[in-house]
Amino acid sequence: MSGIWAYVTRRLGLTLIILLAVSFAVYVIFSLLPYDPAALTCGKNCNDPGIIEANRVRLGYDKPFWEQYWLFLSGLFVGRSFGTGAAAIFCPAPSFGYSFQQHGCVTNLLVDALPVTIYLAVGALILWLIVGVGLGIISAKFRGKIWDTLSTAFVLIGTSLPTFLTGLMLIIFLVIKLDGSPFPSDGYTAPEEDFGQFLLSMVLPWVTLAFAFAAIYTRFVRSQILEISTEDYIRTAKAKGLSDGRILGKHTLRAALAPIVTMAGLDFAGLLGGAILTEAVFNLPGMGRLSLKAVVDIDLPVIVATTILAAAIVVVMNMILDIAYAFIDPRVRV
Amino acid sequence: MTLLQVRDLRVEFKTPDGLVKAVAGVSFDLKAGETVAIVGESGSGKSVTNLAYMGLLPSSKTNITGSVLLETDKGVVELIGMDNDGLRKVRGQDIAMIFQDPMSALHPYYTIGDQLIEAHQVHNDVDKSVSRDRAIELLSLVGVADPAERLKAYPHQFSGGMRQRVMIAMALMNNPKVLIADEPTTALDVTVQAQILKLLRDLQARFGMAVILITHDLGVVAGAADRVNVMYGGRLVESTGVNELYANPMMPYTVGLLDSIPRMDQGHGKRLRAIPGQPPSLIKLGEGCAFAARCERKKELPEGTCETSPELREVKAGHLVRCHLYENKGVAK
Repeated sequence: MSGIWAYVTRRLGLTLIILLAVSFAVYVIFSLLPYDPAALTCGKNCNDPGIIEANRVRLGYDKPFWEQYWLFLSGLFVGRSFGTGAAAIFCPAPSFGYSFQQHGCVTNLLVDALPVTIYLAVGALILWLIVGVGLGIISAKFRGKIWDTLSTAFVLIGTSLPTFLTGLMLIIFLVIKLDGSPFPSDGYTAPEEDFGQFLLSMVLPWVTLAFAFAAIYTRFVRSQILEISTEDYIRTAKAKGLSDGRILGKHTLRAALAPIVTMAGLDFAGLLGGAILTEAVFNLPGMGRLSLKAVVDIDLPVIVATTILAAAIVVVMNMILDIAYAFIDPRVRV
Repeated sequence: MTLLQVRDLRVEFKTPDGLVKAVAGVSFDLKAGETVAIVGESGSGKSVTNLAYMGLLPSSKTNITGSVLLETDKGVVELIGMDNDGLRKVRGQDIAMIFQDPMSALHPYYTIGDQLIEAHQVHNDVDKSVSRDRAIELLSLVGVADPAERLKAYPHQFSGGMRQRVMIAMALMNNPKVLIADEPTTALDVTVQAQILKLLRDLQARFGMAVILITHDLGVVAGAADRVNVMYGGRLVESTGVNELYANPMMPYTVGLLDSIPRMDQGHGKRLRAIPGQPPSLIKLGEGCAFAARCERKKELPEGTCETSPELREVKAGHLVRCHLYENKGVAK
């Protein structure tokens, strides 16, 4: 396994280059937007050129593009001060800039929002993997039977119901119309504050988010199992006299692991960037809502930060998956 | 002693296009220690015949009728209609199989040690170390060097020929009485083919098992088999000893197959003869002789003879032919 560390190192270097390119692309795109970032810092009804120009200097928007990008990059590693003297605001590393709309360092906003999204994504991931893989196995094992038909119906409903509709229906029937509903209607409680209340506040978002994914995974796992069942090595396993259960549990599922892990990893990474609809419906202060609010307010530093972070998560997850293959598939190890 | 007795085996697949009669009444015997080759082109039913009584065909869309009697330690058992659990115990224990493509027949994610040991464990209630010793013993028997170390290797770390050796070792883990080798050399280089065939012969002599060798290659049959069953359109069309077949082929299809093999003693520059036409569609196959459309000697027969299917007849001692050309010789079987 000594080769694996060389592989990881090489992959890590590549990941850093990709992240640099992503940050540059995002920065270019947002600097091309037809907005004056300095004017935006001053609010909607602000016409005082003095404040705007002062903010332009404080935030460095008066500098040429390359210098701005350099200040942004170096801020990520050493932190960055905005303004000078007593009025200066220092955002420590890793600094993603300063949001005038939210009056705070962008990094702090991310630090507040990211855990919420992580809780949401992890819980939903566990739920949809259990349901999706379970139903997929049942569906494939009883192919053409009633269980298969029922799970196909589940797949159809799950893939056609939009998340906001599922979420709203859950809120209407389990929160509003249900007398003495255990689920809170007023959004999120942090786990360190009250863990029981946190779980209750997360159950419906988890179910909502997992529902759509579980349907997709059911279909995917079913088709994977049926496809692998026609492989020659499964016929070999049958010819050896293994029981159906052992063939499915050991030989078929082992072969289905790599594609399932790939899909789950990428879906999970995508969600960490923010489950916008679910967070909006359930009023969860996560990455999705942060991005949404930033877009509505044209809060450029936050948009840049959430975009880069979402891209970084996907890139890093790709790297993790590539490394995971080495453990899953002996042919990759060499 | 007859180990395996196949009588009037029929296999039909239900497909959207109609009923495919893949095997239409096949009978043959397999005696202890002998090698019977089943020869035919793709779609002749040679593989399906053997997959059927092993219970390795998808059951929902398949009709299997007839009788296949197997001699086991617990007496003679009927395999057709046997429940899944009963068949499972026969597979790998009494009858083992090796397949055409050793590249895909081994699970890519498990070490060969794991796969060999599993084959032994499933039929024997013994400690894993016993199975492991057995695996090492068999790997060294099939010619894998340094077997204890190689148990830890994955299939992709072996060459094609070596993988087929591993497959053979796996098939022999439980000392089966019958080994079905389904095109065991088709995917291999010619030099490796010869090694594998020799290995099979040596192991057969050592363990006294009977072998069913399924192949489309009459060149493979010559050195390896005792008896040859030629299949066409889901039926046996000729069955005889290997020397008799090469010296005195009767059925025009067998003659055509033999003519299509390049021979050292026929000199250069001679074109190989091919059998004209295509194999028959097993859906449209009617009552007539399945080979009639491609038969070059059809004109020797009176008009309309080929509208009916000929019987399998013993034309001379130990030589059975299904052909109208030999209709008036010998006795129907």
